[in-house]
Amino acid sequence: MLKDKDRIFTNIYGLHDPFLSGARARGDWDGTKEILERGRDKIIDEMKASGLRGRGGAGFGTGLKWSFMPKEIGARPHYLVVNADEGEPGTCKDREILRHEPHKLVEGCLIASFAMGAHAAYIYVRGEFYRETQALQRAIDEAYDNGLIGKNACGSGWDFDLYVHRGAGAYICGEETALIESLEGKKGQPRLKPPFPANSGLYGCPTTVNNVESIAVAPEILRRGPAWFAGIGRPNNVGTKLFNISGHVNNPCTVEEEMSIPLKELIERHCGGVTGGWDNLLAVIPGGASVPVLPKSICDTVLMDFDALREVRSGLGTAAVMVMDKSTDIVAAISRLSAFYKHESCGQCTPCREGTGWMARMMSRMVSGAATPREIDLLEQVTRQVEGHTICALGDAAAWPIQGLIRHFRPELERRIAAAKSRPLAAAE
Amino acid sequence: MPKITIDDIELEVEPGLTVLQACELAGKEVPRFCYHERLSVAGNCRMCLVEMEKAPKPIASCAMPVGEGMKIKTDSEMVKKARHGVMEFLLINHPLDCPICDQGGECDLQDQAMGYGFDRSRYLEMKRAVDDKYLGPLVKTEMTRCIHCTRCVRFATEVAGVPELGATGRGETMEITTYVEKALSSELSGNIIDLCPVGALTSKPYAFVARPWELKKTESIDVTDALGSNIRIDARGPEILRVLPRVNEDVNEEWLSDKARFSYDGLLRQRLDKPYVRRDGKLRPATWEEAFAAIVARLANVSGNKIAAIAGDLADCESMFALKSLMTSLGSTNIDCRQDGAAVGEGSRSGYLFNSGVAGIEQADAILLVGTNPRTEAAVLNARIRKRFLSGKAKIAVIGPDADFTYKYQSLGANPPVLSDIASGSHAFAETLKKASKPMIIVGSGALARADGAAVLAAARAVADSCGLIKDGWNGFNVLQRAASRVGGLDLGFIPGAGGKGTKAILDGASSGEIEVVYLLGADEIDTKRLGKAFVIYQGHHGDAGAARADVILPGAAYTEKDGTYVNTEGRVQRALRAVFPVGDARDDWAILRALSERLGKKLPFDTIEAVQTLMAKAVPHLGNVDETTPASWGAFGTAGTITGGDFTYPVDNYYMTDAIGRASITMAKCITEILGQGTPRTGTHG
Repeated sequence: MLKDKDRIFTNIYGLHDPFLSGARARGDWDGTKEILERGRDKIIDEMKASGLRGRGGAGFGTGLKWSFMPKEIGARPHYLVVNADEGEPGTCKDREILRHEPHKLVEGCLIASFAMGAHAAYIYVRGEFYRETQALQRAIDEAYDNGLIGKNACGSGWDFDLYVHRGAGAYICGEETALIESLEGKKGQPRLKPPFPANSGLYGCPTTVNNVESIAVAPEILRRGPAWFAGIGRPNNVGTKLFNISGHVNNPCTVEEEMSIPLKELIERHCGGVTGGWDNLLAVIPGGASVPVLPKSICDTVLMDFDALREVRSGLGTAAVMVMDKSTDIVAAISRLSAFYKHESCGQCTPCREGTGWMARMMSRMVSGAATPREIDLLEQVTRQVEGHTICALGDAAAWPIQGLIRHFRPELERRIAAAKSRPLAAAE
Repeated sequence: MPKITIDDIELEVEPGLTVLQACELAGKEVPRFCYHERLSVAGNCRMCLVEMEKAPKPIASCAMPVGEGMKIKTDSEMVKKARHGVMEFLLINHPLDCPICDQGGECDLQDQAMGYGFDRSRYLEMKRAVDDKYLGPLVKTEMTRCIHCTRCVRFATEVAGVPELGATGRGETMEITTYVEKALSSELSGNIIDLCPVGALTSKPYAFVARPWELKKTESIDVTDALGSNIRIDARGPEILRVLPRVNEDVNEEWLSDKARFSYDGLLRQRLDKPYVRRDGKLRPATWEEAFAAIVARLANVSGNKIAAIAGDLADCESMFALKSLMTSLGSTNIDCRQDGAAVGEGSRSGYLFNSGVAGIEQADAILLVGTNPRTEAAVLNARIRKRFLSGKAKIAVIGPDADFTYKYQSLGANPPVLSDIASGSHAFAETLKKASKPMIIVGSGALARADGAAVLAAARAVADSCGLIKDGWNGFNVLQRAASRVGGLDLGFIPGAGGKGTKAILDGASSGEIEVVYLLGADEIDTKRLGKAFVIYQGHHGDAGAARADVILPGAAYTEKDGTYVNTEGRVQRALRAVFPVGDARDDWAILRALSERLGKKLPFDTIEAVQTLMAKAVPHLGNVDETTPASWGAFGTAGTITGGDFTYPVDNYYMTDAIGRASITMAKCITEILGQGTPRTGTHG
């Protein structure tokens, strides 16, 4: 249970003024100059020591990622790109930051850019977030007007410009290299790696792409010290995290909690429990649409962090917890996700382009049971043929929910197929 | 050099190579669809996946650069599974209509499905169908077959420089299209047919015509421009069914221009298939004997200086050599192979060659184009200039009207005297040329065919001399010829001898009656009205301008129908081979001249093509060095003078019809209406 004093996002519900005076009252922009004066290496070291893992889903160490940028600025400028293309179904944390805590993000952009030698940063905001973009832009304008960013940002001597770019609503543009392509004005299709963005990213220059939450928590970590952040949660899974709980709970919410909180406690304490009580729980998708579903038996005890969820063959992802009670048609739910991935596949590489369509069609037949039991294995094999063979992770994301379904709910699939077979044909009646 | 292990084979490879290239060096075949050595890496087909030690997932070998100590496996269980998986995905939405697909028999997907496909489908859903796209009269589409490798998109954008192809839509609904329905405007569009690994893009004229295994394949040389692209002619029986490029890194790499690829249907139309003799003002069919008799009768008692010969743009060296020998024995020096009257050929050989070589473009760091639009004069060569442009290492400037060259250039205006300013150093571009380590000037044949062509040539030479274009191991003075016969003709000395007349003087003489007999060897690009009352012998293969004016027609062989030597613009001697036999009574051109010489009592000393070639090589030794270029020494050429004409213009308005074959081709005619938008506008009442 996170103590109020350890809370980073103190205005996540928008109860107070989200803009500069309110943000300053909450401690934003406090001592930013002093943080910058620590120097690039110190900031990166402290970020590494804090143990912050990227909040966008993959959980890669943020400090480590920053350290991949070239130490010296060569002929090519460095860039920071913030990924605010929050499109993962079930996820709604970045949106709260954009509209209620924009100054945390702006300050984070300055510090992160400074640490990586970038004089310019781009925030790529999901196109649908219109009001959020307005709030963010207002915060940026305020920061410019008060000398917090721009020439000689915060009096640090560092020049820093921050730009907002609105996307056009493609899920794939949340993939970092597709985002870069889109930012460059091209079709949003992931790039091949290597070269990685830290080497050749935006306009071929060294670039780091970070999630909104990862950047927004950075100033607070540097203000309070890495040890404070690393002391929350359990080793390798430290700090606080915004959880988004949706679905069949009495009180769906976004809440900042410590990492490694038990799933059950998260739901019971903040969401008023599962509708109809814990025993009415069927399954939970713990980390946004792309991670495998967990049945109740696992949900009873599992901790909400990267490693614990990996151990049960799922993932923390974006920590978007989707709760499904026993009234849920689990097959239809996963089938809907497959349809989503079919729709959002960029079409560039073969396994994803062809595989998402194949999987979605098979899944839609599984919903009604219009399949044979052998097709369950075929479906499983198809997910394996997609997984790990694609350019980006969308192929994996499309495969995992189905693998989770087959792993935990195979009897339900078989039951439906059998039921459909025994159902008399309408024409025969 | 990184050391890499591929399936237990250890080898050292050049740094910067991809794993796929390293695998090929190790003799391991890696299947691929999207990868192509001459295009950027897309990595999207995922067929080339291999296993790399310490990598959790298989890697795309086409996109992964080799690293020190890499251990690659190309035949592990993981690789096998990955390839089978990808192949299955490619096939689920592929129509499998191989029996009616023109790519059948030479389809990458078909071939690799033999290696990696299943023998049955597990896909029970409906297959995708895609609307076909209109890409013009040359490329037929069957987009349902497309596997989205994007080779065509990358070719159009990178090599051809016309970014007209792209992908719209996402996921399964992604389609390759031209965005707006429009014919591809590139002169290289046919190459996307070769690049397409499946039957999505096929040749429209070749549609449903033949299967590849029915065709007789002949390796030959293209004559539609002076580049001498290496081609393969596919024929069945007497008919040429298609023309494909052959790889020659020094000439055309593996590209071919649309005119070279698609004008072959002109070879079956408007052909001269029997001799004709004009009687009572009309051309009437005749036998060879009658035709020769008519010539012998007319030539009797005509002195040599009243006879003249002009060789056309498609003539091979052998026939020009034979004709020159015949004219010499008849006592005439009135011969010319420059129908356009270009001021080249007098003086040093370096004055009419592309001295730095076509491949030399890739080393040039400053290029000055003078009165030439290579895009229409030698499209494949233009792609090489674009390649150099894309490398960012060459500054390109143009003296000539603005046009879309497919690359950016600095325009120096169209006014010829700019050349003199550069030569004198008063123009800023002179500095650019002087600073460059391999500067290059490319003078168009059109610029030299002006009345003041000799002065233009001299001015260009002055630039070469004053701006350091000639240095050790580098000759940056280049003439871009347009006619396949031109360099060969000049090498053979098919120009007026002592006291002889050139093209213009021959026509003047014919008008005034001074010249009584004109022998046209496939010469159609002259003003035939100016032949006056002269007795015209036309030897050639198409009923074009020359034949219409002729008094005797001797049917010859087209370039696909005879063995022949051509010398391209860089001086490369290349041999074309006979793919089919000449139509009807037509004969090899050297043989016609040999037979005629006997009737005239001036029997030429050869009976076989080999004998002609031997004699030719004796007269001009470098013509014996087949497939080689012989560098020319930097001698004198050009006549300094004032440039009197106006602005430069480009000689080719209509890329698709520059020779008799193109003018007879229906495909080329379609290109003119559909791509250039010329010709009769179509109205609602057209079929």
